[in-house]
Amino acid sequence: MTLIFGIPLSVMSGQLLLGLINGAFYALLSLGLAIIFGLLRIINFAHGAQYMLGAFAAVMGLNYLGVNYWAALVLAPLLVGVVGVFIERFLLRRIAGEDHLYGLLLTFGLALILEGSFVKLFGVSGSSYPMPEQLKGGFNLGFMFLPTYRAWVIVAALAVCLLTWFMIERTRLGSYLRAGTENPKLMQAFGINVPLLVTLTYGYGAALAAFAGVLAAPVYSVTPTMGANLLIVVFAVVVIGGMGSIMGAIVTGLAMGLIEGLTKVFYPEASNTVVFLVMVLVLLVRPAGLFGKEA
Amino acid sequence: MKVFQHTASAILVSSLIAGAAQAQISDDEIRIGYLADMSGTYRDLSGPGGLEALNMAIEDFGGQVNGKKIVVFSADDLNKPDVGANTVRQWVDERNVDMVTGMVASSVVLAASKVVEQSGKLALISGAAASSLTNEYCSPNHIHWTYDSYALANGTAKSVLAGGGKKWFILTADYAFGHAMEADITKVVEADGGQVVGKARHPFPSSDFSSYILQAQGSGADVIAFANAGSDTVNSLMTASQFGVAQSGQKLAGMVVFLNDIHAMGLDVTQNLMLTTGWYWDMNDESRAWAQRYHKRFGKMPGMVPAGIYSATTNYLNAIKATGSDEAQTVRAQMMATPVNDMFAKNGKVRADGRMVHDMYLAQVKTPAESKGEWDLYKIVRTIPGDEAYRPVSESKCQLLSKGVAKRD
Amino acid sequence: MTSLQIKPAAARLQPQVVLERQQAASRRKRGFYLALFAVALVAPMAIYPVFLMKLLCFALFACAFNLLLGYAGLLSFGHAAFLATGGYVTGFLLSHYTGLGTELGILAGTLASAVLGLVFGLLAIRRQGIYFAMITLALAQLVFFIYVQAPFTGGENGLHGVPRGTLFGVFDLSNNLTLYYFVLAVFVFGYAVIQRTIHSPYGQVLKAIRENEPRAISLGYNVDAHKLLAFVISAALTGLAGSTKTVVFQLASLTDAHWHMSGEVILMTLLGGVGTVLGPLVGATVVVTLQSYLSNGPLGEWVHVILGMIFVLCVLLFRVGIVGWVLKLSRRNFHN
Repeated sequence: MTLIFGIPLSVMSGQLLLGLINGAFYALLSLGLAIIFGLLRIINFAHGAQYMLGAFAAVMGLNYLGVNYWAALVLAPLLVGVVGVFIERFLLRRIAGEDHLYGLLLTFGLALILEGSFVKLFGVSGSSYPMPEQLKGGFNLGFMFLPTYRAWVIVAALAVCLLTWFMIERTRLGSYLRAGTENPKLMQAFGINVPLLVTLTYGYGAALAAFAGVLAAPVYSVTPTMGANLLIVVFAVVVIGGMGSIMGAIVTGLAMGLIEGLTKVFYPEASNTVVFLVMVLVLLVRPAGLFGKEA
Repeated sequence: MKVFQHTASAILVSSLIAGAAQAQISDDEIRIGYLADMSGTYRDLSGPGGLEALNMAIEDFGGQVNGKKIVVFSADDLNKPDVGANTVRQWVDERNVDMVTGMVASSVVLAASKVVEQSGKLALISGAAASSLTNEYCSPNHIHWTYDSYALANGTAKSVLAGGGKKWFILTADYAFGHAMEADITKVVEADGGQVVGKARHPFPSSDFSSYILQAQGSGADVIAFANAGSDTVNSLMTASQFGVAQSGQKLAGMVVFLNDIHAMGLDVTQNLMLTTGWYWDMNDESRAWAQRYHKRFGKMPGMVPAGIYSATTNYLNAIKATGSDEAQTVRAQMMATPVNDMFAKNGKVRADGRMVHDMYLAQVKTPAESKGEWDLYKIVRTIPGDEAYRPVSESKCQLLSKGVAKRD
Repeated sequence: MTSLQIKPAAARLQPQVVLERQQAASRRKRGFYLALFAVALVAPMAIYPVFLMKLLCFALFACAFNLLLGYAGLLSFGHAAFLATGGYVTGFLLSHYTGLGTELGILAGTLASAVLGLVFGLLAIRRQGIYFAMITLALAQLVFFIYVQAPFTGGENGLHGVPRGTLFGVFDLSNNLTLYYFVLAVFVFGYAVIQRTIHSPYGQVLKAIRENEPRAISLGYNVDAHKLLAFVISAALTGLAGSTKTVVFQLASLTDAHWHMSGEVILMTLLGGVGTVLGPLVGATVVVTLQSYLSNGPLGEWVHVILGMIFVLCVLLFRVGIVGWVLKLSRRNFHN
């Protein structure tokens, strides 16, 4: 039995795989934040609340409308995306020219409102969301038993991440978006409706958060504060990756999932804090993050 | 000029508003303060439900004792020791509160009970688990009523060991309470010839337990014990269910699990889980009758904490009635002299260290097939006599007992 | 601004008039501060002294934060670390060395926070804007983790039973009223330090850096050193607030180190008015009063929602804060 740092290889493989799965999840969550900051220069502190909304939309959809998991994967992000559109159009746009600080504070306030209201309405114990039939059970990989659902999470998260990256970096729409946020006046002169693009982008970022929420619902209990606890970790991931970089967020998310997974084996008490240690170290060496474009 | 006047008036007005909120109230009343987490993680444990139980006890008493009116104040401690301690301090300084109850998060209770002691009042602790409250932190100014972590750990661990689980993996929440539970479990396991083959301490709170469950599965343990509470236990159990722990033959033992947790998680996830409880609504006729009344008022079936609040308050009011005084030590002495026999506890007694010792119950969560109703969740497997369940006097560090070394700060 | 069509006679009068107006303004200001101080002296007769002391500690915290944000232009997300450090160091020393004078315990807490501020500052000062904020957040989270793990803090339970002790060996601080006057003195001291800093030549340079950093650099100022000093002063005064708070409540807990506390002080400063002198005081008063008022009443479950709504309204409408808005109003109506 090969030992790595005193842990058998088989056990280590299992932990690394789990770390990778969590990493894909972080990547998905960071993606929405990275898009909103990278392109719109808005620091979206409501991201955790939007994640929570997605999960609750799935729960309520199931309990009141009989919407199943697969439909929820599409409908919840759409719903939260629309909420995001409203937020951008009626609230964020008013402070568009101001210091980043205000966007941060506004979205922080929104998060407090959303989370507080949900606590009042649903209590804190949380709701459970049943595992979809097709994804129940798991397969024995030899070194561990992998639930099918966890395998699905990594596939879905990476697929959406790559799709988003492709859309933004390789399609025309994406190029309009990137240009529109760099030089809005010029783009408007070309006839591109930049404000609409901005609004839709924010909505898309919120929808990504909600998609992650639906993915999370069967495995983590759906509570009003589920986003708040994750939020600063996700922010840290985005900062480490470089706040403007889409690929940076994806790669860093995966890497942080692995690092956190290893920490859980050797020094689990620190597993919530290790991401901040990495952030400090990275920012000392590369002030703009690993893939960042500006200092 | 006007600027400063405007600002000055703004400050004066706001301080006056603040002042009005702390106006004095006269005495000749029995004043009870209810302190609990009303909006956070432990809200469903006690929270508004516990307040409902308190009000039921007061109403059943007629709202007054010997002509003195009973007044209730309630506050949200936000699960923070500073908020809890300050609220109690204010209650005592401003409103001369006689008794404080509810009291859920152990960290809050430890801080608040110090304030109660310094001011010579009485606290009836119903929600908190920390057994240290009647051990090194015992005090002549509080009674620990409903349950404690020692009884829960002892009850569950002993029964699981008796059932053949010798090798244990303990998953602990990384804070003082979790560590204390881990120590209690380890002691029981090793005393019975068992062995702790692995443990992991997760940050409090955590959301993802997959890594720890995997470690537990790989450790070769027969039993996985969860020395955590609230959402951590819920998440741990759900993850264990997904990773097929039960199918592989490992037993799950939850230390601090409440009825509202089981209800929230559902029987699919929690079936066959062993746990210990101080009370269950479907235990006997008296408990059922009270529970139905509560359910009609509040919409949910009560767990042991609201029931404990009802019982503690009723016994407190009875003691006042008997002695004619609401002074803390007089009432406490009377409560110690009176056995507790009500819908909550049979053969209960308040010990000198402030521990209300009563029978505890080993329960197993029903399978979905066995359950006949939304709240039909437990089957009571065994009644654990009080003296067996709670920390014996011989092991206690409480200075109020004739033996035992004081370790107070 | 000034018109060039000034009559020679008026031009000679101009400096005299300006001087007189300035003297009148500073007289008014002094009068105002005296009135405020008088209110503070008699307030404990009407209002629960412990509540007032809490207010003063948070007001000092907000003023210290405002020094950094409003005057140096640096948004820190990690100030909770300094509040907690002051509190824990003071709490630990006072609990374990029973003969130690309370003033020495508080001094130790303040110094510890200043040192921590130096460490944070050295690591963070080179960065700008959101990166600066995120580094301070990350460092504060590391400090939080240390406090969770360290046995002396009592972890989740907190460090309680801190004795209030005696001041200079003479004044017994367990009496709420005596303690109140001590806390008031501490606040006035902290406030005076901030005022002195703002109105000194150093303060002027800081202002110049905030308004146009490249120009300040080109003029030869060591911008990083100036910012670092502001950071350390802000950290030290925050530690002072934390230490004093621990003595008042006889408790130091993780709440003080949690990132929500960093968010709260931002709210107080924003609400009161960033960069105004009285803003943090007003902001702290409103937030602390709201929190205690709300949690004791039927609205207890809505605390977070209401605070969130205040945040949102503040950002959308009250960006200059209450005091800033009052100032704007008065300037429009009574142009001075």
